[in-house]
Amino acid sequence: MTKELKCHKGIGEKVQGIALVADDNFSARYDLDRKKGVFSRPAHKLCGQSYHDKILVLNTSKGGVASAWMLHEMKSRNICPKAILFNTANTILAQGAALANLTMCDRFEDGDVTQLIQTGDEVIVDPEQGLVTVVNG
Amino acid sequence: MNLTDEEKAMLAGEMGEAKRWAIDHQIKVGGMFDAPDLVPVSQAHMMADPESLGEAGGDFLEDMVAKGARVAIPMITDPRGVDLNHYRPLGQSEEMATLERRMIAACEKMGILMTNTCVNYQTIMPPVLGDHVAYGDTGVVIYSNSICGARSNFEGGPSALAAGLTGRTPRYGLHLDENRQATRRFVVREQPKELTDWGVLGALVGKLAGSYWAVPVIEGLEVVPTSDEAKHMGAAMASFGSTPLFHMAGITPEAETLADVGADKLPVEEITKADLDALRAGFGAKGDKIDVVVFAAPQLSIVEMQALAAQCAGKTFKSAVIVCTSPQVYPDATRMGLIDVIEGTGAKVLEGTCFYNQYAREIGEANGWTRLLSNSAKIVNIISGYGYTPALASMERCVASAVAGEIV
Repeated sequence: MTKELKCHKGIGEKVQGIALVADDNFSARYDLDRKKGVFSRPAHKLCGQSYHDKILVLNTSKGGVASAWMLHEMKSRNICPKAILFNTANTILAQGAALANLTMCDRFEDGDVTQLIQTGDEVIVDPEQGLVTVVNG
Repeated sequence: MNLTDEEKAMLAGEMGEAKRWAIDHQIKVGGMFDAPDLVPVSQAHMMADPESLGEAGGDFLEDMVAKGARVAIPMITDPRGVDLNHYRPLGQSEEMATLERRMIAACEKMGILMTNTCVNYQTIMPPVLGDHVAYGDTGVVIYSNSICGARSNFEGGPSALAAGLTGRTPRYGLHLDENRQATRRFVVREQPKELTDWGVLGALVGKLAGSYWAVPVIEGLEVVPTSDEAKHMGAAMASFGSTPLFHMAGITPEAETLADVGADKLPVEEITKADLDALRAGFGAKGDKIDVVVFAAPQLSIVEMQALAAQCAGKTFKSAVIVCTSPQVYPDATRMGLIDVIEGTGAKVLEGTCFYNQYAREIGEANGWTRLLSNSAKIVNIISGYGYTPALASMERCVASAVAGEIV
């Protein structure tokens, strides 16, 4: 069954991948072991899980300005999410996505995106159209 | 986005490839946040430490230099990742230092002032009320917006660089009046007494506000915080909440009254001693062993250096102790004899870095540090992702604990 979710116009290219979802927040500095490509902050709901090639779906972005450079650095080593979807992005993550050409969208019309998409869903993200399609089935 | 003729020329590449990249980047970011146009800024401030940039970021900066990048406005830098006078003893590698040297060289070629500080509002040139700036450190942004009444979004490194190159930034977020109105109203029922109390209050407000787009206003404060106290409060709030702006009714310049920031009709939320104690309870307890005590995040002012030196005099530390200050404060503190007093305990004062952005994971592994104690509410929030178990205590208790090797 296909489900279409409208969001704000985002950044980056159209991508398809498998969702990794949590009702939690995101900072590349605070939450990740970027060498291993896993969440490393013990208090994070995705701690221990790999974000490599995933469509990350989280609530909001937290913390420091470093995340902008870090997305670019992660992308250069290809140990990186395919896209990140937020309920609300902060400015830093959007700036990092713009430099890294990483796909990012936020502000979903149908409510909390961490509830609308489940871990394991196959998802197509089209930032130019502001459209995320869940193609399970 | 509406562009002036000059901006259109930048985008067309008529003013060089570096400016074309910069304005293209700004249009992409501005598009996501519906910016109507670009606003001129008086200063830019960039975070560019080697741990965050990696080889890819170093290559990027050098490519910008090769494309003729040169900043159009005064542009300064946030703390670096390697103190080039003291990195081998910390367990930092020659590769880290080499990458640091490459980045410094690239920044200097672009005309960037290597101030290497996150307390520029105390030491370089504080912005003024209504001043549009493009600052790249969350603690700097929240202090400048809230205490000075300047206007900045969190500008990550690439965007701060873009602003430095074009002399502008997209007009969204906190550059717009409507986004500076309060959205949450907190009444403080427990008065902060020293730096860490202010940090804990900021941490809790940030945690409750919880979003870049929330603006807390705080009332009920019976004292006006000093610059250092407001610094710890703001840095912790920005760290816990991604919060870029707060008001203190009757204290900060945009909130002479609650009504000035539209807060008089907001529901009141109380912050009690129990709420503050609950937050502290997550960060260490008496008797816990400690490996390293850190005074940083933000870098210490000359006033904090004096207070720390006064407490250090005549003591010998059992735990490792790292102190981070700015390259502006360091020579003053040297001249005044404060560095000698602090280092007489066995502590080390680093210049122009901050603990968490100097390869915290690697130096922790090299030195066997996992249990970290600090008086900074900001650093205890950040550091657990780097493999540390953080604890929080006042400067005085941190010093006493460093002597004992455990939290006292």
